[in-house]
Amino acid sequence: MGNTVNNVIKRYSGDETRLMDILMDIQSELGHLSDWTIEQIAKSLDIPKVSVEQTVSFYHFFTKEPRGKYTIYLNTSVLAVFCGRDEVARAFEETAGCRFGSVTKDGLIGLFDTACIGMSDQEPAAIINEEVFTCLTPAKAKAIIAGMRAGKTVEELKGKKYGDGQNSNPLVCSMVNNNIMKRGEVVFADYETGSGIRKAVSMSSSEIIQLVKSSYVRGRGGAGFPTGMKWEVAKKAPGDVKYIFCNADEGEPGTFKDRVILTEFPRLVFEGMAIAGYAVGAKYGILYLRNEYRYLRKYLENILDQMRDENLLGNFIGGKQGFNFNIKIQFGAGAYVCGEESALIESAEGKRGEPRDRPPFPVEKGYLQKPTVVNNVETLCSVVRILVNGSDWYNSLGTKESKGTKVISVSGDCSKPGIYEIEWGFTVNDILKMVGAADTQAVQVGGPSGSCIGPNEFPRELSYEDLATGGSLIIIGRRRDLLKDVVLNFTEFFKDESCGSCVPCRALSGMSKVVLERIIEGKGTETDVAAFTKWQSIMKKNRCGLGQTALNPIVSTIRNFPELYKNRIKAGDDRLCPAFDLDKAVLDYETATVEAR
Amino acid sequence: MPTFVKFTIDGVVCMSEEGRQLVEAAVENGVFIPTLCNYPGIPPKGSCRICTVLINGRPATACTTKVAEGMEIQNNVPELEEFRKAVVEILFAEGNHLCPSCEKSGFCELQALAYRYRMTVPEFPFMFPKRDVEAWHPKILKDHNRCILCKRCIRGIFNSEGKPIFDFGKRGDKIVINIDPDTSKDISDELVQKAMDMCPVGAILKKEKGFDVPIGKRKYDLAPIGSEIEN
Amino acid sequence: MEKKIVATASLAGCFGCHMSFLDIDERLFDLIEIVEFNKSPINDIKKFTKQCDIGLVEGGCCNDENVHNLIDFRKHCNVLVSLGECAIMGGLPSLRNWISLKECLDEAYLNGPTVADCNEKKIIPCDPDIPKILDKVYPCHEVVKIDYFLPGCPPRADLIWNALYALATGNKLDMPYEVFKFD
Repeated sequence: MGNTVNNVIKRYSGDETRLMDILMDIQSELGHLSDWTIEQIAKSLDIPKVSVEQTVSFYHFFTKEPRGKYTIYLNTSVLAVFCGRDEVARAFEETAGCRFGSVTKDGLIGLFDTACIGMSDQEPAAIINEEVFTCLTPAKAKAIIAGMRAGKTVEELKGKKYGDGQNSNPLVCSMVNNNIMKRGEVVFADYETGSGIRKAVSMSSSEIIQLVKSSYVRGRGGAGFPTGMKWEVAKKAPGDVKYIFCNADEGEPGTFKDRVILTEFPRLVFEGMAIAGYAVGAKYGILYLRNEYRYLRKYLENILDQMRDENLLGNFIGGKQGFNFNIKIQFGAGAYVCGEESALIESAEGKRGEPRDRPPFPVEKGYLQKPTVVNNVETLCSVVRILVNGSDWYNSLGTKESKGTKVISVSGDCSKPGIYEIEWGFTVNDILKMVGAADTQAVQVGGPSGSCIGPNEFPRELSYEDLATGGSLIIIGRRRDLLKDVVLNFTEFFKDESCGSCVPCRALSGMSKVVLERIIEGKGTETDVAAFTKWQSIMKKNRCGLGQTALNPIVSTIRNFPELYKNRIKAGDDRLCPAFDLDKAVLDYETATVEAR
Repeated sequence: MPTFVKFTIDGVVCMSEEGRQLVEAAVENGVFIPTLCNYPGIPPKGSCRICTVLINGRPATACTTKVAEGMEIQNNVPELEEFRKAVVEILFAEGNHLCPSCEKSGFCELQALAYRYRMTVPEFPFMFPKRDVEAWHPKILKDHNRCILCKRCIRGIFNSEGKPIFDFGKRGDKIVINIDPDTSKDISDELVQKAMDMCPVGAILKKEKGFDVPIGKRKYDLAPIGSEIEN
Repeated sequence: MEKKIVATASLAGCFGCHMSFLDIDERLFDLIEIVEFNKSPINDIKKFTKQCDIGLVEGGCCNDENVHNLIDFRKHCNVLVSLGECAIMGGLPSLRNWISLKECLDEAYLNGPTVADCNEKKIIPCDPDIPKILDKVYPCHEVVKIDYFLPGCPPRADLIWNALYALATGNKLDMPYEVFKFD
């Protein structure tokens, strides 16, 4: 065991900023990171044990206890629940003989919950020892456990039926499906590899930035910051060493577009990163990829090797003197907050994913305190197209203030869930029609951190000027209990994913769950409902987007579906607190004394 | 030569060195901006949010803001005072804060702010979380019930080799501050005292010490926190 | 002016708040000029005989008797005041709130060092005549609506006097810094 620790640390030259990789490698060899292992790591890196512990204990996929020879991480997202996740979970528990959150006595099988794994159109889905299993049913769950008991490998359990497109690539071999339902002109169009870089080397870095600015392309992660402007600031920032990050930490429940783009057009993404590097004067690129997409690792690393062989990465790219750029993949370890750019940078430096205070902005002081550009997967794809086809072409797509297309992940109650690349300006109604949604109660636009709208808002159009979205629509049918099935699930999600730094986010996300639960149980009051609006203004003063939006699921449904709350408030003696239940409060005592009576 | 800049707080013209931390610049000008996670001399980390002010209309934490020429700052306005009181209330409801039995009562900054804002009861649900009292260390007592996770000890307490003694563990509402068994092994009495003094609440205590100042003579018994700063 | 009617109770408290109340000393004479007392341990009236204007409640709720008492107070008092830390947030009795009731009972009656050898039949008291213990100690405002809160352990006599005087006369409550304390 000591050898493993030493070898891995040597692999990363004892660099403590590579702690994420070090922990990941050691855990994949030893199964877990015991106290003893953590102590060895601390000693080898010459840092305190608590400093290793702070990273280990922050991330969902690091564990100090063994999680079984086979570790099943079953998704808990709303979409999984819609598709029968609870029945699948029960089947796993009954067949394995242990509860979720524990390991079988023989140490063979561990069952664990996990937040959205980016498979919302093929739920219920689980990750088992880094492989993704989609469209699970109770019968499949039973077969999987039986297979484990029979000693089958995960490869064997997975079977030979692979998904569409590159999911069947020998280096992927995954049952995941892309489900690309609509191809647009920007991301999912025909693409000639190297075309962006060939164009880039014919231009100066200033010309590229000018072109990107004139295309008005904005960040596709959700914040919508103008990309050209970001690059310009990073270019002007003093310093010889700069970094380009591609943010592929797609953790917003219901969002899976970046997974599909990286599966089908990884070269487009990597070219975009190289072009960004050329434009701002950065030589290093890091793809921050969420751990849930680890099954793409060999495939993506092979593409990077190929691109190096083809002179699309490495030194003298495209034959251009001084155009040197290389990309490495940095894996996350299960933390939604790392999708926030400064938390992502902290994580890439081996620390807990705690967002930074701004200023300074990452473009001034980012990764290792150097100027850093963080762009979304889709943004980088768009840039390559803009270089090849020009900004006029790009400006001809979309609306007045929202140029180009948007890749949308559609999931939930519709007949054709999947990936849709649409021009900005489509209305929600257009999309509902396109995806085969009928009898829709509500649409969650932009994931839990976005907003939940009802039919009176379906005529609104998707655009930065109207309904902005980072890339997902969750369709919620009439038969769903919106508060219990959706809003409570989202609220729990935010509670679990808060980094814990800002007081309002850390505490109110848990408190709002308590209050929401009592409203759902019919024990809430009008004061309880009114409090959320006040709490929202407190949450707006959190440092990062997670904290600022964590109450959106509740507040947007109070605004758009007030009757759902009103109907659950029971009339009664307003001098008594309906949440207090005397029978329930004495139950423990009665149970403890049942024998004596 | 330092450059001096002019800015306003609640309409009053103030002056300070350019780049000075807003909290400190306010103190120089006789203005109190409440703080909890901030501590003089250690790097700020705007995590408690209580020092939130409006700068040119936008909320920002005063501990992480450097003053610049022409800044228009709103500090003592109802919206912010209400928010600050809420932060104090949230902290009281989030942890287990039993003032009557706390060694730091009368010196506690959280309690002092609650007095300042006349908090009679938190308007937030009491969580009564299960938290530990850690007493294994020969010199330090860590009562997690009272910890407000301000990170002062993480940012401000280092051993003689410059290594940190405290760090965060876990995340979200399970977040906790851990003591490193090795770097804290030879901790001096002075450093434990410093950690106890730096802790805004009674979460870090020096063993065998407490209740040594009688009620009525404690730091915040007679005058509110911040009153020594305010004009 | 008609006298306001006051009731007081101590639930899961230590009677310290009531002691502090008596610490208003000679002002008690001023007080009885403006209020009369109904149900209260001070005069030993055990049942409400009329609707009251002001109820002062010390202590939180740790058993079902506390709950019934508190609800009774809420019904008979137009204005209800939580008096002291225990009523407001559970206080020291709430130290058990993060330990399960089963563990507490086991420690108190079965396994604790002072009882381990003397409770041969391993009985946890549960006679129908003794109140049932709640799963945790509840602050009063989690059980009934509370109108005002007077902090302190105990609340300073001056604060209690100021509050009662304000409530009885309709004047504004004066809460000077020196008397506003949590300990």
